[in-house]
Parts: sequence; C-alpha cells; structure tokens
Amino acid sequence: MARYLAQRIGQALLVVWLAYTFVFLAVQLLPSDPVTIFLTVDSAVDQAAIDTMKSQYGYDQPLPVQYVHQLLGLFSGDFGYSLASGESVSDRISGVAGSTMVLAGSAFVSAVLIAVLLVAAATLTRSGAARRFLVNLPPLFSAVPVFWLGLVLLELLSIRWGVMSLFPDGSFLSLAVPVLVLAVVVSAPMAQVLLKSMAHVYEQPFIDVLRAKGASRSWIFFRHALKNAAGPALTITGITVGTLLAGSVITETVFARSGLGSVVLQAVTTQDVPLVQGLVLLTATVFVVVNLVVDLLYPLLDPRILKSNRQGSARALAA
Amino acid sequence: MNTREAPTRPRTETAPDRVPHVPDELLLDVRGLRIEYGQGDAARTAVDGVDLALRRGEIVALVGESGSGKSTLAKSIIGLLPAAARRTAGSIVLGDTNLTDAREKDLEKIRGVRIGLVPQDPGASLDPVRTIGSQLAEVFRLHRDGPRRSRRSVRADVIRLLDLVGIDRPEERLKQYPHELSGGLKQRVLIAIAFSLQPELLIADEPTSALDVTVQARVLDVFERLAREFGTAVVFVTHDLAVATDHAVRIVVMRRGRIVEDRPVADILAEPEDEYTARLLEEASPHPRAEARLVSVAGPGATPAIEVRGLTRDFDRAGEHHRAVDGVSFGIAQGTTFSLVGESGSGKSTTARMILRLLDPTAGQVLIQGEDVTSVSGDQKRELWRSLQLVYQNPDSALDPRLPVRKIVGEPLLNYRIGTRVERDGRVADLLEQVGLAPGLAGKRPLELSGGQRQRVAIARALALGARTLVLDEALSALDVLTQAQILRLLEDLQQDLGLTYLFISHDLHVVERISTTVGVMRRGQLVETGPTADVFGNPASEYTRLLLDSNPGHRLRALTDSRSTAALSSSR
Repeated sequence: MARYLAQRIGQALLVVWLAYTFVFLAVQLLPSDPVTIFLTVDSAVDQAAIDTMKSQYGYDQPLPVQYVHQLLGLFSGDFGYSLASGESVSDRISGVAGSTMVLAGSAFVSAVLIAVLLVAAATLTRSGAARRFLVNLPPLFSAVPVFWLGLVLLELLSIRWGVMSLFPDGSFLSLAVPVLVLAVVVSAPMAQVLLKSMAHVYEQPFIDVLRAKGASRSWIFFRHALKNAAGPALTITGITVGTLLAGSVITETVFARSGLGSVVLQAVTTQDVPLVQGLVLLTATVFVVVNLVVDLLYPLLDPRILKSNRQGSARALAA
Repeated sequence: MNTREAPTRPRTETAPDRVPHVPDELLLDVRGLRIEYGQGDAARTAVDGVDLALRRGEIVALVGESGSGKSTLAKSIIGLLPAAARRTAGSIVLGDTNLTDAREKDLEKIRGVRIGLVPQDPGASLDPVRTIGSQLAEVFRLHRDGPRRSRRSVRADVIRLLDLVGIDRPEERLKQYPHELSGGLKQRVLIAIAFSLQPELLIADEPTSALDVTVQARVLDVFERLAREFGTAVVFVTHDLAVATDHAVRIVVMRRGRIVEDRPVADILAEPEDEYTARLLEEASPHPRAEARLVSVAGPGATPAIEVRGLTRDFDRAGEHHRAVDGVSFGIAQGTTFSLVGESGSGKSTTARMILRLLDPTAGQVLIQGEDVTSVSGDQKRELWRSLQLVYQNPDSALDPRLPVRKIVGEPLLNYRIGTRVERDGRVADLLEQVGLAPGLAGKRPLELSGGQRQRVAIARALALGARTLVLDEALSALDVLTQAQILRLLEDLQQDLGLTYLFISHDLHVVERISTTVGVMRRGQLVETGPTADVFGNPASEYTRLLLDSNPGHRLRALTDSRSTAALSSSR
C-alpha cells in the first residue's frame, strides 16, 4: 500500500512539474516577451517604459535563471505578479477561487448524485418504457450546451416568472440554478459509463448467486453491483474535472457570478501572461489532485488493484 | 465417502427444528412445465412438457447435452430464469408451497432458505470486491426473523460453515477476497453459502465442470456428505454421465427439452431404455484404445515425429521466479498419439507451446522429424509450421467470426502463396470432405455452425498445408460427449489415412485413455510418469498418477463395464 501511495504521489508531482515546464516553454514561443505584449496591446509605448517593467518583473534575466527562479517561487507559493493589476497572482486567484470552488464543488457532488440515482432508477425499474427513457437521458444531457441551458433557465425563472434575481443575491436559487446547470452536463458521462459497466456487472454469474441467496433487487444493486461497477465511472469522474472547470467559467459568465471565470476572461483579453500562467498551473494541479484521489480510491473499491500492482504474489492458494 | 464425524450444525433462526430426513415424502413436484425463449415467431421451446418429482433427501442427476434444456429446467425451479425466458405452461410445487406464480417478494424468502444454488463457475460466482466472510454472513443478514444477531454469533456460524466444507484456517479466510482463493476453495465457499440455512432443496448447476479432476473429486465428496447429513434433496445438473452415476441415486436424461429417461442409477446402468441414453452411456464408458486400430509403427530406431530433451521454461513475475516446465523429455513415434495429462498449471500447455516454437525454452531441445528446431526463427519457423500445426481448445474464439468456412480453411494456403485460386478452392473442398463437412457449409460463418462442426473446421485448417503432426490442446474439452466421440473417431480415421502424429493435451482421462498410444503425466512442471496407455492406466507407477486415476469420475460405470464384459464372456462360453 505504501509503495502504491508513493508511486501515485510521485507521478502526480511529475505531471505538475511537466505542466509548469510546458507552460514556461510555451510562453517563450510567443513572438515577444510578456511585458512587451502586454504593453503593446492597444497603443505604442516607448522602449524605456518596457525595459523598466521588464526588469521589475524579472523578464530581463536569462531564460534558465527565469525558469529556476519561477520554479522555486512556486514552492513558496509565489506565482509572480499580474501585469494588469500589479497584484500577486496568488492573491488575484485566491480572492475569487472560493466562489468557484463552491460552485464547482456543489455541481460535482450533485452530478455524482444525479448519475447514481439515474442509474439506480434505470436498473431497478420494472417498466421497460421507464428504463428506455432513463437510459436515453445522459446522451441528451451531454448534448445540451451549458450556456444555452443557463440562458433558458434565466429567461424563465428571472424574466418570465421573476422567482429568481438576474444577479447573484445570495438566495438559495441563485446558487442552486447554476449548480444544477453545471451538474447536468457533468453527470452525463458519469451516468453513461456507469450504465455501461452496470450492464456488464449484471451479466456476471455472482448476481445469480446473490439472487439465489434471497437478496432483493435493491440489495444487490446498492450492496454489490454499485461497488463493482464504480471503477470505470470513477475514472471518468476524474476526467470530467476539465469539463467542470470549463463549465464553471461559462456558468459564471451567464449568471454574472464573480469567480475564476471572470479572471480567466480578463487575463486572456488583456494578455496578462503571468496571470494566465498561474491559472493554467492551477487547473493542472486541480486536475492532478483529483485524479490522484481517484487513484487512491480505486484500491478501496477493488482489492485486486493492489494485488496486480505487486504481480505474482497474488497467486491463488492451493485447494 | 468421507467418514469424518458430523460437526455441529450451524444455528439458523429461520428453521431451527426442521426434520432433516423424512424419506419418501414428496418435496418437489414439477408438472407439464414448458418454457420458451423469445416471443412470437422467434420463440424457441427450451423445456417442453416436463414432469419431475423429487423426494426429500434424494440426489437426482439431470443429464443432457448443452441445449437440452437441463439448465433452464433447473433455473426455473429456483426462479432464476433469464429475462428472455417465459413459462408458458405447467406448475412447480415445493412441499406445500406453489412456486408457479409466486411473486418476486415471496421467492426472495424461499431462495437461500428453502432452495439453495451451487453455481457452475466458481471463478465468477463470488462478488470480487467483498470478503469471503461478508458474503457468507450475508445469508444470515438477509434472512432473519428474530432480533438482530450480534456480529460475534454470525461470525461463529460463518467459521463453523467454512470448517464444515473443509476449508483450513477459517478465521484467516474470512478477511480474504475471492481472488486470493483457488477455484476449488471458491467452490467450497459457494457450497457453504448454499448449505448455510440447511435448505430442503439444492440446485447444483454443473458445480465442478470448471475444476480439475482431483479438485472435483474432493469438492463433490464434501457436497455429497453435506447433502446426506442435512437430508437435502439435490438436483445435480451435469453433462458428465460418469460424474452423475458416481453421486446420484437417480438419473434424469434430457434431450431437446424433454425427459427421455428417469430411473434409478443401477437400472439405467444395467439396461437403458432409451436409445439416446444408451449412446451416452456407451460413450461415457471407458474405451481402451483397440489394439487393432493401432497404425503400424515404424520399428525401433526410426526417427520420432517429435522429440524433446530436458525442456525447461522459467517465468519471472515481479521478482518471483517460477519454473513452469522442468526438464521434460519424451519422444513421439510417427503415426502415434502421445497424451500429456495433468492438472491446470502443471505445464502441459507451456510444453506444447515450446514444441510449436510459439514460446522460447529456457533450456533443452526440441526436435521435429529429427531436426533440431530449438533456435529456428523467421522463415525457418514458417517452414516448421507447414508440418506442425495446432488445434486449439476453444473453436469459438480460434475461428474468425467474420470469415466464411471456405476462407478460414484456405487462409494458410493464401499465407504461404500456394497454388492458383482454382487449385486452392479444390484443396479446400478436399479438406472439408476429409473432415466430414458437407460442401454446402463452405459459405457459412462460424456462428452458424455447431461446436463439433467448428472443431472440424479448425482441424481442416490445421491440415491445409499438409501438416503431418498436430498438437491438440484440449481440443475436445468444449464439446458434448457425443460430439467428442465423433471428433475422436475423425481423428483416428485421419491418423490411419494420413499417418498423422498427435500430441494430445487433456485433463479428461476418459478421452486420453481412448485415443492415446502412450501417455505422459505432468505435475508441477515435471513429467512424473510416461509409458504405454494400458500400463499407465492399468498399473500406474507413481503415487500422483494413482491419485489422478482415483479422482477420475465413473467408478460405477467402470465397475459395470467390467461386470458386463465378464458376463458377456461367461454367456458366450
């Protein structure tokens, strides 16, 4: 177990480091340095101003020095400074990250609930028509664009019926509706994969043995089938983090919520390279951490994972 | 039978004082049962008007080929028919309970309590992500009438159950997962689950067909002992008449959804009434290879078709060293059949793969027709495979499902660029005739063929390039007894006509005894015994061979065949 843990954590750190290096190199591929780009977005600026700012932000150093300097900065939580506001990148991000965390986190939990409930209903219902309907919901969910669903709900709830404010006012609905919009989209791939692996589990002979023990359908589903089918769905769940973050940016924009969405938008439109760098790194880190958690959850779901990791020692005992 | 002292019975809350054995009382009464698969025009009748009665404590074997409806009948009794199946007529009554139209809720209270199931494939019949202990305790948690039982009392019951089915170190096993247990142990756990509430009736669906003979014998002993001890009636579904006759008191033979014979074992053995039963019995009885059929073997000193010397193969898995084959040496004379027998994991298939040069030996030599092929590679290997071919265990997966038979058989000719298109077609037609397939089948795809026909296609393909030596790796194991017998006859005919040499790998001792000229017994990578078939089977030299032969089912059949031939002798005098 300790070895498995060390392996996974090591891999996660490696991915974050590679992501950082990749972003650093990508910045060097830009036609000019970040400061020049930033300052020449809308008007011509004299070279002296550019040089002063470059030396302030350290862009006049040789590349290897910049690389090592920035990398060391990361370990102390220093992501550099935003060119637009002069604020530190970490302050700029942490100031709004909380709001996004609440949105994305609630949407994520809701998505898992939606997926599991949908699959449970589809598996346990005795009506063929109900099952066909439920099974076709996930493809529909993933086909609906987030911004469209958001706009439609805003139109109905705020403008037609007036039950919800157009802007976030701290009411339950002003959080619940964006969360639901995001959750529906994110739950689609989870439900689809879970349905698929559930179908496979129900073909296994051990399901017949459980029925022969006298277990009811819901007993079999919740106590056995779900745990068996969860593996592939969990993997997909790790991957949906990307959808989740991209979706929160859109949802925040539609519902006029402050959060990472607006920061991303600003950073890109003003060509604030250090801020973009920080955001990319943050996204990569979240992605890696979530997938690390998924990897660590796997052995809890399926005891065979650890065994196959050690190979050979799992050989069956003689009868 | 195991004479071990009867252990204390597990305590059950549901039926504490059930009378264990009341002979002659009717327990199960199935009448006019008819089960169909599918709807409307596509409907296929799997069980067609079946009557079956079981008394308490009676062990009845339900025998038949695959597709005879035996499994469907067994599953309908415990209410576990697949969704596509429907009962269209008839009734099922268990004791005083009519199960015919029982609702799922009521069936849930009967399953596990009054009817138990021992499934076919122990490997996939336990939930892989739950511990053995929790899966055993589950039965007690599912069926409790009284107050909630303490963990400790359930645990004590579970340990007693594991002890009952002869599993060592039960306390440790509780925490283990199914993948940590061998097939035999898993089947014991499943038997423990089935017996945990002492059901009146047990459905055993081919419970040992996935196990090695030695393991099968031990598991069946446990099973039979518990059934007798608890007075449980058993419907024992099997395709193996030899197993059936050893363990059942009555045999029910099914064919095409109907029961063709239903009588006590002794009666059936003495005088089968039905012609189909007679054929099954005939094929299941031991058939030593007739000496007359032996192809004239070249004299001593002739080059053997296959010879291996000190063949060894090591596998390294994550630092663990494992010797799969350990210094195996034998020779196979031209035109004869050599069989390798042994349990799974004994190294039979690894040996065969090294002879075919699909796997490199760690040490030792392989000689084909006297030529050392141990280190051939590339084109030389292709040349080798013209004369040495493999027929694999499972014809279903060894044939490309998308190709018609004609292309499957002709593919080797195409691979080796032999002949023109017309010549190749002619050769394929000849081959199909040789293996006894009608020309009309040439355009069919594997899925449209029966198992026996598929195996014939595989044999035709192996012969396409004119191979003189065939390696048959469990080539008959997936087939029914009667189909097996037909393929065996085909192999014997081909051997005589073409002078083929066979290396035959099997765990089925009946088949081995029948087809082999010489036999080699493998255990843990080593060849523990070799010799002419009659010697090995009649007078085994090693302790292990003796154990293997003792485990071989069909003792009653053999005894009967012996007494029959003695009777025939005395009456002819």
